[in-house]
Amino acid sequence: MKNSFCFVASVLVLVIACGGNKTPEKAPPEDGKLLFNKYCLACHQADGSGVPGMYPPITNTEWVAGDKSRLIGIMLDGLEGEIKVNGQVYKTAMPSHQYLSDEQIAAILTYVRTNFGNKADGISAAEVATARKNRQ
Amino acid sequence: MDRKLFFCHLALSTIGLLALTTCNRTDKVSGPAADPENGGIVLPPGFSAYMVADNLGHGRHIAVRSNGDVFLALQDLKDGKGIVALRDTTGDGRADRIAYFGDLPGTGIHLHKDYLYFAHDTVILRYKLKADDLLPELTPETIVSGFKREYQHAAKTIAFDTSGNLYVNIGAPSNACQQNDRTPGSPGMDPCPILDNYGGIWRFKDDVPGQTQAKDGFRFATGLRNCVAIEWNNAVNKLYVVQHGRDQLNQFFPDLYTDEDNANLPAEEFFLLEEGDDCGWPYCYFDNQKGLKVLSPEYGGNGDSTGRCAGKKDPIMAFPAHTAPNDLIFYSKDQFPDRYRQGAFIAFHGSWNRSPLVQEGYYVAFIPFNNQLPAADWEIFANNFAGKTPVNSPGDALHRPMGLAQGADGSLYISDSVKGTIWRVFYN
Repeated sequence: MKNSFCFVASVLVLVIACGGNKTPEKAPPEDGKLLFNKYCLACHQADGSGVPGMYPPITNTEWVAGDKSRLIGIMLDGLEGEIKVNGQVYKTAMPSHQYLSDEQIAAILTYVRTNFGNKADGISAAEVATARKNRQ
Repeated sequence: MDRKLFFCHLALSTIGLLALTTCNRTDKVSGPAADPENGGIVLPPGFSAYMVADNLGHGRHIAVRSNGDVFLALQDLKDGKGIVALRDTTGDGRADRIAYFGDLPGTGIHLHKDYLYFAHDTVILRYKLKADDLLPELTPETIVSGFKREYQHAAKTIAFDTSGNLYVNIGAPSNACQQNDRTPGSPGMDPCPILDNYGGIWRFKDDVPGQTQAKDGFRFATGLRNCVAIEWNNAVNKLYVVQHGRDQLNQFFPDLYTDEDNANLPAEEFFLLEEGDDCGWPYCYFDNQKGLKVLSPEYGGNGDSTGRCAGKKDPIMAFPAHTAPNDLIFYSKDQFPDRYRQGAFIAFHGSWNRSPLVQEGYYVAFIPFNNQLPAADWEIFANNFAGKTPVNSPGDALHRPMGLAQGADGSLYISDSVKGTIWRVFYN
């Protein structure tokens, strides 16, 4: 009895292990959440709510889920001036993040466009590369 | 029997008299009644509070006229106006006349020589007060103009001495004077050119219209990143400021600082300023665990080395990192108990740069003073503005204390940046 349990368990472990091996999903080249935490979280906060009057929220907003080229542009060039997000005024500048690679920017923007209440499609490294080329 | 009756009468009369005295005492409490639970804030025993007004806009600094009228600066225009004037006409302490005026938003606001001085990010104006009217003359005079439009630490805050001078905090539009601001690996500019026009306290004449920073400004003190809290202490004739320390040590120097290090470094510094002082920014910051200034990593520091920081001005007190001291007043009245006389109240707006650790601040602190210096450590005076613990993100806070003023009767007024609430705190 004990042996047969061991056998079934072993088979199960094997099946699961093999199953795991059978889906050779390539890990994404960059981890959007990790990069967000490293480069964005301090100002935009862990929950994306930002800082009232200073750094805008990235939750449920067209600034994130809307026009891709504007969003990529903000990452590459930063943003200075007064803007309104979800009805509130924000005045503090955002620095340029052009030092990040196309892949890193794509991963961050895909992460924020598919989290924090945003339900938009992702952004590819190729789209970032094109935007980077066009602004030069 | 008669004797018994006599004692009965005596006992009853005594009780009656006591009851009357008690009633009289209750009746004698003058002034407005406190709100239930003091309008949501927590105060030391013996103190009470009520909301003077609520939902005024995003409040900044506050001023209270000798007749009790209150003026609140707004961070953003509300219905096209940047200042709120409030008056209580019924004696219940709550504002029932509320009027908006002024075409610019701003932070600094101060009553001085029959004028209301008001600091927008690029200009300092003054409005002539009218004897009895709530609203001043609506066309302001320009006292100082030409501050460049900035998008970081742009708020101007002001103080006046008794010798005809106006002091203006001109914050640095930068975190630590890197070549590329807030960018990993970007070195600090050396010398930091920002200090020529920012990152210090500039002195002007208090009643000369048409001044500019370049033409008329005198750099009174430098090496101050941003001092939203600035006040002249009339009791000792000295200028005091509280500095917002630099941000993001962990983010830009992860090899030197952990998230926890960043949450605790650097201190927010309380300075007694003398003419010509250099307080160290951007080259140095104050490590409150070590109790000294250390070299910033942008200038070659490793978290321990002190380098060129030896000669920089030390604070008279250091507060927890990132808690955002946004206003300072010295208590000069006698309504509060003796230990509050000449002491300092500081409004800590509350942190954002402790993430991912929980945020701190969101209280009004008190520091007892003896002459020019603190007489004891700081303590929390008013708390629970955020309305919840922990505050994980600043957006969680229901209120954030922003401005302070004392009324002619010695009450303490506190303004809020989230909903534009004003509390009046009094001692029972």
